[in-house]
Order: sequence, then structure tokens, then C-alpha cells
Amino acid sequence: MKFDTPAGTNPIDAMKVVGRAHDRIDGPLKTSGRAPYAYEHHEVAGNQAYGYVVGAAVAKGRIRTLDTAAAKAAPGVIAVVTAADAGKLGKGKYNTVKLFGGPEVDHYHQAIALVVAETFEQARAAAALVRVDYARTSGRFDLDSALKTAPLTAGDSGEGSGAPPVDRTGAFEQAFAAAPVKLDQRYTTPDHSHAMMEPFASLATWEGDELTVWTSNQMIDWGRGDLATTLNMPKEKVRLISPYVGGGFGGKLFLRADAVLAALGARAAGRPVKVALTRPQMANNATHRPATRQRIRIGAMPDGTITAIAHESGSGDQPGGGPETAVNQTKLLYAGKNRLTAMRLAVLDLPEGNAMRAPGEAPGMMALEIAIDEMAEQLKLDPVDFRIRNDTMVDPEKPDRRFSERQLVRCLREGAQRFGWSRRNATPAQVRDGRWLVGMGVASAFRNHINYPSGARVRLGRDGRVTVETDMTDIGTGSYTIIAQTAAEMMGVPMEQVSVKLGDSAFPVSAGSGGQFGAANATAGVYAACVKLREAVAQRVGVNSADPRFADGKVVVGNRSVPLAKAAAQGELIGEDKIEYGELDKTWQLSTFGAHFVEVGVDSYTGATRLRRMLAVCAAGRIINPKSARSQVIGAMTMGVGSALMEELAVDTRFGLFINHDLATYEVPVHADIPHQDVVFLDESDDKANPMKAKGVGELGLCGVGAAVANAIYNATGVRVRDYPVTLDKHLSQLPALV
Amino acid sequence: MRSFTYERATDAVAAARAVAQRPGAKFLAGGTNLLDLMKLEIETPTHLVDVQDLGFDKIEKTGDGGLRIGALVTNTDLAADTRVRRDYGVLSRAILAGASGQLRNKASTAGNLLQRTRCPYFYDTNMACNKRKPGDGCAAIGGYSRQLGVIGVSSSCIATFPGDMAVAMRVLDAVIETVDAGGQRRSIPIADFHRLWGDHPEQDTSLRAGELITAVVLPKPLGGQHFYEKVRDRASYAYALVSVAAVIQRDGSGRVAFGGVAPKPWRVEEAEALLPQGAEAVTARAFHGATPTKDNAFKLPLATRALAAVLAQAGTPAQKKG
Repeated sequence: MKFDTPAGTNPIDAMKVVGRAHDRIDGPLKTSGRAPYAYEHHEVAGNQAYGYVVGAAVAKGRIRTLDTAAAKAAPGVIAVVTAADAGKLGKGKYNTVKLFGGPEVDHYHQAIALVVAETFEQARAAAALVRVDYARTSGRFDLDSALKTAPLTAGDSGEGSGAPPVDRTGAFEQAFAAAPVKLDQRYTTPDHSHAMMEPFASLATWEGDELTVWTSNQMIDWGRGDLATTLNMPKEKVRLISPYVGGGFGGKLFLRADAVLAALGARAAGRPVKVALTRPQMANNATHRPATRQRIRIGAMPDGTITAIAHESGSGDQPGGGPETAVNQTKLLYAGKNRLTAMRLAVLDLPEGNAMRAPGEAPGMMALEIAIDEMAEQLKLDPVDFRIRNDTMVDPEKPDRRFSERQLVRCLREGAQRFGWSRRNATPAQVRDGRWLVGMGVASAFRNHINYPSGARVRLGRDGRVTVETDMTDIGTGSYTIIAQTAAEMMGVPMEQVSVKLGDSAFPVSAGSGGQFGAANATAGVYAACVKLREAVAQRVGVNSADPRFADGKVVVGNRSVPLAKAAAQGELIGEDKIEYGELDKTWQLSTFGAHFVEVGVDSYTGATRLRRMLAVCAAGRIINPKSARSQVIGAMTMGVGSALMEELAVDTRFGLFINHDLATYEVPVHADIPHQDVVFLDESDDKANPMKAKGVGELGLCGVGAAVANAIYNATGVRVRDYPVTLDKHLSQLPALV
Repeated sequence: MRSFTYERATDAVAAARAVAQRPGAKFLAGGTNLLDLMKLEIETPTHLVDVQDLGFDKIEKTGDGGLRIGALVTNTDLAADTRVRRDYGVLSRAILAGASGQLRNKASTAGNLLQRTRCPYFYDTNMACNKRKPGDGCAAIGGYSRQLGVIGVSSSCIATFPGDMAVAMRVLDAVIETVDAGGQRRSIPIADFHRLWGDHPEQDTSLRAGELITAVVLPKPLGGQHFYEKVRDRASYAYALVSVAAVIQRDGSGRVAFGGVAPKPWRVEEAEALLPQGAEAVTARAFHGATPTKDNAFKLPLATRALAAVLAQAGTPAQKKG
């Protein structure tokens, strides 16, 4: 199905199932431990052996010798695989750095060997016996010094949204120089780790030259293609299966070392091999969100009209990598005639930087939305009002392009009203509650919606059951449920009559899970397949004329109605199709909007910040399942609190690694950090986006939260911190004196 | 993890003998720290002597009005004991400020005292660490040291003792009771239990080879108001950047020890005498000679402000001056 004109009325609009809150249909399996994750497919293949990854002990250099004799002789060891044994390997399209290192070492904890043994404990013990002699060389590990000579760079986020190296509209420099009110500030964000609950894990089996890998991956088709490329084999000979994913946050968008090494280990061992990364390997072996150094300049008239806005960002990555596109949102979020965005990319020998939830916008909004707060203060305007004054219904760089839907102003107003924003004292450091300094902060939320083709196959069984098959993944987001809702709505059956099978490369290729494009595109693909199935049903029951209605388990035409089971009685009916897109996203700007409101308390003695309450108001097209959408937003808000208050991969620039590589030292929020969250979705249906009239929401909830927290801290303390995370040491010395 | 042998002891002296006689042998109680470190090959014991059946799991009154806490009493049970909550509130609060419910259910009193540092370089076996491997060097010096020690550290090691419970016990002047392979019993004041690193950061405590902790004795209650102020980046389940254990009397006198700053719970008795003069006076004295890094210099003003918070809550004369 080609979607190239705005959606008219369609069966989804009935919203008997879609748009209503549903429990996860996979919930009972997950809560009772019967949903197998990648490392738990005990039944699918017998005689499974265990692989343990040996990571490079240096960040940059060359392996002189790699002695595996002791490891091979250790109890239970079946095989030890190194890059030298593996033959020539290709490199996938989506990973920057090769996943199996040696003799050259590209980064710390890059995989350089796999030890395969009968038990996990034997493999781990033997891995410690692998003796490696390195010729360590110096590397580029310090972002600030590397950025001094870094070139301007174009880039995209790895998920489809991109920016050229420099983008100009109007004459920024002149307009900024002439602006009566100006801001010119620098902001920094650190490297972030995805820190998902389930580490990378894969189980690989070979049957002849055919490889099957049970893994944990967000993008089945990308992973399948890149695994085939890496192993120099035809894609058709590779099958990837990933029905359940214990969190990914972008870390599992791509093929990673676990799948490659499980395949190589299984080949060497001649039996199924499973490989998981240990928690301490996760930060440096895998990818991370790159740190940024951002500069924002805003010029405005005294009435608050922005006349000039510039956002520049620098980040670093491995050779051949890309920039963190932190300037993206600044191209679209606020009006202003004269504009500039620019990105610089330094080469670093730290582990590979890549997509993490809302790549670009997440760190970009952390900076931009502090800058807007600072500018509002200079202008003596309420920060909600300042944002509203600079709202735009068109793409500010291309004013003939309108936003398909844009309810930012309503999000801000509704949020302000619900949150009690009018009670905020605009003068910082005025509100106390016992020993706590109390402050409120606001930020806009913004993230683009991205169109991706997405396919599905829908079967109507002889029993009247509807089964959906697509390689779409559910990374904890609720894909199973919204796909079932879509099929139920389209086929006129109750949810209980729908089965959903996901995450298998044997199924039609979907959008996959990433860039908040999964839900809308994958359900649109299911919609397209259901349209095909409806046609097949109509044909089978002999209706060729007007559109039949599908309701109450029946196909209805005029006075005639036929139960679906009866329609399929002679044999299963199948509808398969994919959604494809025309030019609507060029004619219209498809984006999602929101507003975050946060209240914090800062301990007047210790400077420690504790959240008091949060509210997000979102406008993101039709919300397919308000319950799981809310889960997405509260999870994203929690992640935003992490980036505001505690998350930072600590770079040791001498040794070139993230040294706090476990969950004791890389802190993420715990329950006690998140006392109260509210989420409101505004009514919206975006007919320019897709037949579902839905857009993404999973990343919107993250974009801007960090700045709302930082702005609330400023309102509480009067101390502006522009370097994330806003830990107590950064404002302690400037807090009000103790009385 | 290396292969090791395992035995389950039924007698304390025999357990001590089993560890003393075998190079590389260790005691195992709750295992919440040791087993993690074994998986990472930071600890590589050849033999484990499991002491969980030795019966040191009671909290009993002592003859002089104190409490004897069996070495195997869990952190959960100790924190919940009504006598502890009533008479030694600082101890109960310190324990509950640490770890998680699950860990406290398993962790023992003796094991909590013996927990090893959380220096990130200690945790990465590719990094030089004198504590892990004597003579190896210290990668933490000149590295990422935000969590690390500001006083009592050495040119061999700048790690901290990370615990909470011991900081409260230091304020209470607890005494650690042990038995050795020869059946000899010893009482070690907690002030002498944890070592300053000096040239031997591999030795955390003054325990001798095979010496087994059997109990911790709390002297009779001090009265006063009890506080445990723990400062950290998140609200729970994190080690202290700085913590303050304090018992403050009505007249403004009291005792105070700091956690998260040194190789041991940091208490300077002469500094306590300055409590009536306020927090600044106390910490100026307690942290005299501190050698913070650029990353952790904030711990010094933070210690002052955390103590000031305690004194403000105590509402003693100190608060008005401080």
C-alpha cells in the first residue's frame, strides 16, 4: 500500500479497540517467566555450549601474541576462537567498528577472543587464561582537545533524521549582532550508556550452511543483513529470531559482537553456542550516546521575538563514525528569521558512539531548553510565554512547509494549568520547604516522526482466528498489543481472537523498533496487510462491490453477514502487504510535541537534588494504546531524570575507557528517585502520517525532560549549571550560605 | 571465577584453623560481596570455609548494659532489632541507608565490616591496583576519583571504605570480637579494625590470617539524639559521597564520624570537642591534612554542610552558633 495522500476515513477510525487502554497481551507470559529472552531458549536446540567473550585490555594498539594454549587445555573447553581463526570477516553496514578485533585493537573491551566450554563457569574461568601481549599505542580519548581541530560534518542519527554540516537561513551573524537581547552560552552533555536490563545475548546454531540465531535485537532485517555481510554468506541463509527484548534504547538497533561470536563459536564447536556479554563489558564493548559540547546563541527583540538562533554541536566518534546530531530540533522548534546550525565531529578512539533513545534530540534539547529558559529570564518573560511567543506553524527554514499537526502551545498551556505553574516564583531561590529549596522548571518536548516502510502478513485461520506475522520487535514497548489492536479493529474481531508473532526474519520485514518510528509504521504495515486480507475474505464470500464491514467476528454486506470462520472454512486466507510512503513527509513536516513540567527540591545543606513531581503533556497523533504509551512516556521521563541528575560515563583519558562500567558506578534512577509522574495525551490524529493517523511517542517523553529538571534546579537555587549531570558538586559552593 | 574447594564449618576454631592453614582460603558468610568479586576474578580464593552454621546469629545483652551482636546477624535483623532501634538509632539508620532490602537480608554483620572498596579501578582487572595486586601501582591516582578518599589515603591507594554500618559503629565505639586458629580470643576496638592503607592497601583490616569475627559488641547506650546523614547522587542504592554518623547530646556535645572519605570510618575525637562551635570548626579539625583530588575536593565542604544539617536537626546550641 502506497500512502501518498492524506488518510481519509478508514476502519481504524471506529476506534472500538484502537485508542483504548489494553493490558499487554504478552504480560502474563512475561510476569510468569514463560517469555524466553535471548539467553533462555533452552528448548530450541540441544547440546548448547557456552561462549565467553574476551575483551581487549587496552584501548588502542596491536596484539603481538595471543596465547590460547592454557585456555584450550582448561576443563570443559571445546574451542577458542580468535579473529585469526575466524577467516576474513566482512563489516556490517550499521556498525562503525569491526565487532571482532585483532590484531589491531580499536577500543577497550573490543572482543578479541571467544572461549567456548560445556558450562558458563568453565568458559569464564578459561577466558581468564587467555594470555595476550599488546603493543599499546597512544589514542585520542579527550573530546575537548580533539574538537579543537575537528572538521564540520554532516550526519544523521542512524535512524533517518539528519542535518548537513552547516545550515543557514537568513543572516545569523548580522541579526545576532543587532539583537537588543542576546544569549551566548555553552553546554555539555556526557557520554551515556544504554544500561538496558537485558545484556546483549545470542544463541547460534548451524545446519549445514544455514545459520539460525536467537538474539536480542531491535531491527531484525538490519541485523540479519549485517550478520550475513560479516560472515560473508548470503542473507537468505541467515535467520534471526528475537521475540522478546529486555530493553534496547538504541543499543540493539545493530548487530553486535554477541551474535557474530555465537555464530563463529558454534561453527568452531560444531554445536549450538550461546554468548552473553557480562555487565562490566557492556559499557565499553557496546555503543553509547556520544558526549556533546554545544554552543547556543539566541538574539531577540525586547518583546521576546527571536530574531536569530544558532546551535552548534561537537561530538566525537571512531574513524568512519558520525556526529551526535544535537542541533536537529533547533531547526524546527522555534521561529526566527535568521538561523544557523552546525556540527563538528572529532575522531576518538573511545568505544563506538551510536544511537541511543532520541539520538540528537535528547542531548540537543538538554542544551536548547536551558538556553530558552535563560533567555526568558533575560527578557523578564515567563518561560512558558516566551516559548508560546516563538511558536511556528511552518518549518522556519522552509516557510512553505507546514507542520502536519503542531499542538506545542496547547501542550504548554494545558501543562501549565494542570501543574500549577502560576504558583512558580520567577525569582530563583525564594521557595523553601524545611531544609529544601524548591523550584519548578519547564521545557518543550520535540521529536520528529519518521516514516519507514513496514510489512506484515495476516492469516485468517479456519477457526476464525487472526494471526499477524511481522519481523517487528517488542523491546518492552508494547508492540504485541498495539499490533493485535490494529488487527482486531481491522478484522472486526475481539483482541482475544488475535495472535501476534514477532521478531523472526522468516516474517515480512517491518520498520523495526527505533527512532520512535516502530509503533506507527509497524501498525500501518499491519493495516495494509489487513486491507489485503479483507479483500481476500470479501472475494471468498463472493462480495465484489461495495466495501464490506467487518464487525463482531463477521463480514457484513448489506443484510448479509458471514462469520469469519465460515469464510475461511475451505482454507486459510492470507493478506500480506507493506506500507510504503510517498512525498507527504516532504510536503509536510511530521513531528511530535509536548511540554515537560518538573518540581524539584534541592537540599539547602548538601545540594542534593530530589525530584518532587513531573508532568508531561504530549501531542503525538493518535495514541493507539494509552496504557503502553503512558508507560513509554513515564519510562522516558525517568531516563531524562537520569541524564539530568546522575548518568555519566566517566572517561579515563589516560587509558581510553569508560571506567565506571557497572551499574554500581554508572547510576540510573531507582524507584525512590521518581515519586510522582503524570502524563496527558492531547487528542490528535495526524492524517498526513499514515492510515493509523499515529506518530511516535517513545522518545518524545525523553526530549526536554533533562532541561526541565535543570531549569527547576536553577529556579530552586539561583545557580545555573550548564554541564550535565547536575550533581551537587557543581553548585554546592554557590548555594545560599547556611543560616 | 577460578575453581575453588568448599567446606561448611561446624566449629569456629576449626573454621579459623581451616582458613589459617590453607593459603588463599577465605571465610564465606552472606557472600554478597565476596561472590561478586570472585566472578570478576578480583578475589581468587582457593578454598571457602562457609561459616553460616556457626550459630553467631543472636543479639544478646552484655553484662554492662550493651549488646553483643553475633557475626552472622543479618543487616536486616540488626537494623530491625527493637533494642538497636531504641538505643542505637544511628546504627539502625546507617544500615537502612545502605544496599537494598534483598542484600540486607543476606549480608552479615561481620561481612559488612569486611566489605571491600568500590574504587572503579579495583573493579577492573586490566587497571593497576595495589589493593588487588601488591606492587602493581594505582591507576586511580590521576584518574577518575570523584568517589574516592580525601584523607587517610596514601601514595599507594586512594580508595575508601564504602560501608555505612561501620561508620555508625565507630561512633558507638563498638568492639569486634574474634577467635583464631589456636582458640585465642581477641577484642579489637573498631578504631583499630580498619587500616589506613599506607604501603599495604591489600590489607583492609588488622585481622590476622584465619582470625574469625564472632561478634560485635556495643557498649552501653549513649543516649542523645542519633543521626545518619548520607549524601549521594540518587535517593537509594548508592554508596555515600559523604556520610555523617552522629550522636548529639542535649548540651551540644557529642560524637561524629564520617563515611565515604577515607580508608576507614573517619572519626577524630579532638574534633568532636569542637561540636559546640559548629560544623565548620569540627570538620576543619577532622579533615586537617586532607589531600583531595580535583574530582573530590567537594567532599570537604560537603562534609561540613552535612554535619551542619545534623546539628540543625539536633537543635542544640551548636546550631545557633554554626
